[in-house]
Amino acid sequence: MLVINNLKATISGKNILKGISLKVKPGEIHAIMGPNGSGKSTLAAVLAGREFVEVTEGTVTYLGKDLLSMSPEERAKEGIFLGFQYPIEIPGVSMVNFMKTAVNEHRKHKGLDPLSASDFLKLMREKKEMVEIDSKLANRSVNEGFSGGEKKKNEIFQMAMLEPRLAILDETDSGLDIDALRIVANGVNKIKRPDNSFIVITHYQRLLDYIVPDVVHVLYDGRIVKTAGKELALELEEKGYDWIKKEVENSILA
Amino acid sequence: MEKAQDKILSEVTSGEYKYGFYSDIEMERIPKGLSEDVVRIISSKKNEPDWLLEFRLKAYRHWLTMKMPKWPNLKIPPIDYNEIIFYAAPKQRKTLNSLDDIDPELKKTFDKLGIPLEEQKHLSGVAVDAVIDSVSVKTTFKETLAEMGIIFCSFSDAVKEYPDLVRRYMGSVVPYTDNFFASLNSAVFSDGSFCYIPKGVRCPMELSTYFRINSANTGQFERTLLIADEESYVSYLEGCTAPSRDENQLHAAIVEIIAEKSAEVKYSTVQNWYPGNKDGLGGVFNFVTKRGLCKGENSKISWTQIETGSAITWKYPSCILRGDNSTGEFYSVAVTNNHQQADTGTKMIHIGKNTKSTIVSKGISAGKGQNSYRGLVKVLRNATNARNYSQCDSLLLGDKCGAHTFPYLEVDNQTAIVEHEATTSKIGEDQIFYCNQRGISTEDAIGLIVNGYAREVINKLPMEFAVEAQKLLQISLEGSIG
Ligand SMILES: Nc1ncnc2c1ncn2[C@@H]1O[C@H](COP(=O)(O)OP(=O)(O)OP(=O)(O)O)[C@@H](O)[C@H]1O
Ligand SMILES: [Mg+2]
Repeated sequence: MLVINNLKATISGKNILKGISLKVKPGEIHAIMGPNGSGKSTLAAVLAGREFVEVTEGTVTYLGKDLLSMSPEERAKEGIFLGFQYPIEIPGVSMVNFMKTAVNEHRKHKGLDPLSASDFLKLMREKKEMVEIDSKLANRSVNEGFSGGEKKKNEIFQMAMLEPRLAILDETDSGLDIDALRIVANGVNKIKRPDNSFIVITHYQRLLDYIVPDVVHVLYDGRIVKTAGKELALELEEKGYDWIKKEVENSILA
Repeated sequence: MEKAQDKILSEVTSGEYKYGFYSDIEMERIPKGLSEDVVRIISSKKNEPDWLLEFRLKAYRHWLTMKMPKWPNLKIPPIDYNEIIFYAAPKQRKTLNSLDDIDPELKKTFDKLGIPLEEQKHLSGVAVDAVIDSVSVKTTFKETLAEMGIIFCSFSDAVKEYPDLVRRYMGSVVPYTDNFFASLNSAVFSDGSFCYIPKGVRCPMELSTYFRINSANTGQFERTLLIADEESYVSYLEGCTAPSRDENQLHAAIVEIIAEKSAEVKYSTVQNWYPGNKDGLGGVFNFVTKRGLCKGENSKISWTQIETGSAITWKYPSCILRGDNSTGEFYSVAVTNNHQQADTGTKMIHIGKNTKSTIVSKGISAGKGQNSYRGLVKVLRNATNARNYSQCDSLLLGDKCGAHTFPYLEVDNQTAIVEHEATTSKIGEDQIFYCNQRGISTEDAIGLIVNGYAREVINKLPMEFAVEAQKLLQISLEGSIG
């Protein structure tokens, strides 16, 4: 599904990603953890096509295609979804209008006709129920005045609407209360199919109790410094990152 | 299903076709320049009664004493009134320009507005007459309306058929001395629309006029007079476009509205005159005086305008709230892209007791566009309990454009409550990227964001018009980012 090979990227000339390689197969859930500022969101930004991150080296292949040469909206329509760490407010633009535009763009890309108004509203209702998002939220403007947790739930709702092949969730769990966390996790589990994949960026093991990852990576200083099974998350929760930092330093010294 | 506004558009733009103007249309013009003789010629060509000629002459003589206003926040190149043709009417002429002669940008615009190709060809220079042809839109409903006593016709026809009404009301809201361009219009106006809604009648349909500017070097001076008698209601729509030309064209119109006791008038404009090309060459100078008089108690006048066109816009649709408990509203979206300039806003003059006014102005600047809101709220001494709420928002796309706000407040009555809010925001890359990430292209994203921003105003438009306005907003901002 996704093959990242020796990816290096800078932001305003500063090296942020320093050679990342990663392979995600269909149906897999990868968790990415790592201390603040290590480059997790930057990696997500590169995958989604954010312009301010400049890729200086490496390749990213998605479904056999060169991802880096695609525009952000092409990537989206090809099935890449980014759940933003900080979702953006768009005043005056109703969720209905926003999602209708997005869904129909996806459909057009697949050669399908736009949904009729009633079919669209039906789809919206279905997905709202599926991810247990408050009906009222979906009637408001995009993220406008939403609480932090509501914004995150809204990301999951949008994901459910767009049915991505590869969803990258950037700290969708932070700021959520326990119930919301369960809702978000359930949303992911309901959407999960053998042919779609997830990259879940998180700081907390507790999310991984609900969304069980196949692989856990630790990103530190722009590199993936450790990759293991889900037990790694538990270990990190217990011991923090210091031991990893030490390991890294030792390996550099050695 | 064809949308009503598409219908209006295609009806107007195909009007000549229907009426045999399709080929060989030529304009009959008088020599360029302005003088008392020219005023007399215009009047005589239109077979006008003496009182109207007198009105024109007084206006002309007054205009001679006046100077271009300097106060707008606009850079207006000098206008040579001796280079303008003040009267042009359609007559035969041989087939003009091929499709290739049309500015490709304009062509694209028309494509996007859904006007078929043949009509584009039509618009390329011959369509000129559509302004006079705006009658065709009106005549569609003329008889149905007449059954209810509603008069809806061209200004010239009204002068002939309803001279008393015209004489009583013309100039009663915008006197010929009002301002430089109003005086000019009063001297040389060519045609326009006239509308009278009798007592107690709710006009059952939207009345609309679609203005199209005349051929090269010709000034456009139309006049609209709209009278809503006691307890009547009308919603009136005005649309305008112009072909692209390298030289600037002057458009100086007057709209007068009179609302008698308990009457309500909604006046909506989607102004899409040619804005000039990307480098600021050409475009319409749109200097318009629009004013409504809430004459009777409980009357109401609402102005809604979507201003996307013109190289320069100078326009302040205003309400004089003379009747007690009368209401004035102004909802505006003004777009300036590339080199466009707009100085627009409103005046709300509170004279009667318990008068209320609402102002919602949404400026959108892109490219090197300069957008100014200028608004006056004036509460006279006897206007007890006057209320005004003003909200002026500016949205910037990019960093070469500008937004300016000039609110004026003159309050002579202690009981008045006047509120003013202003905001300035930018379309963020973050917002656009968020849309991109959901599969929405940057152009569509700007369209969504801008329409979201302007929603409050667009919602005031009649449904079919709103859809067009949304499209227009998006089209007018294309290429403004990235
Ligand atoms: N727009 C930007 N301009 C300059 N520096 C940036 C920008 N965005 C990110 N950075 C820097 O890049 C580095 C990586 O940031 P990133 O957001 O990827 O970290 P993260 O791993 O997601 O952290 P967190 O866990 O706090 O979300 C940080 O040092 C950050 O300051
Ligand atoms: Mg982050």
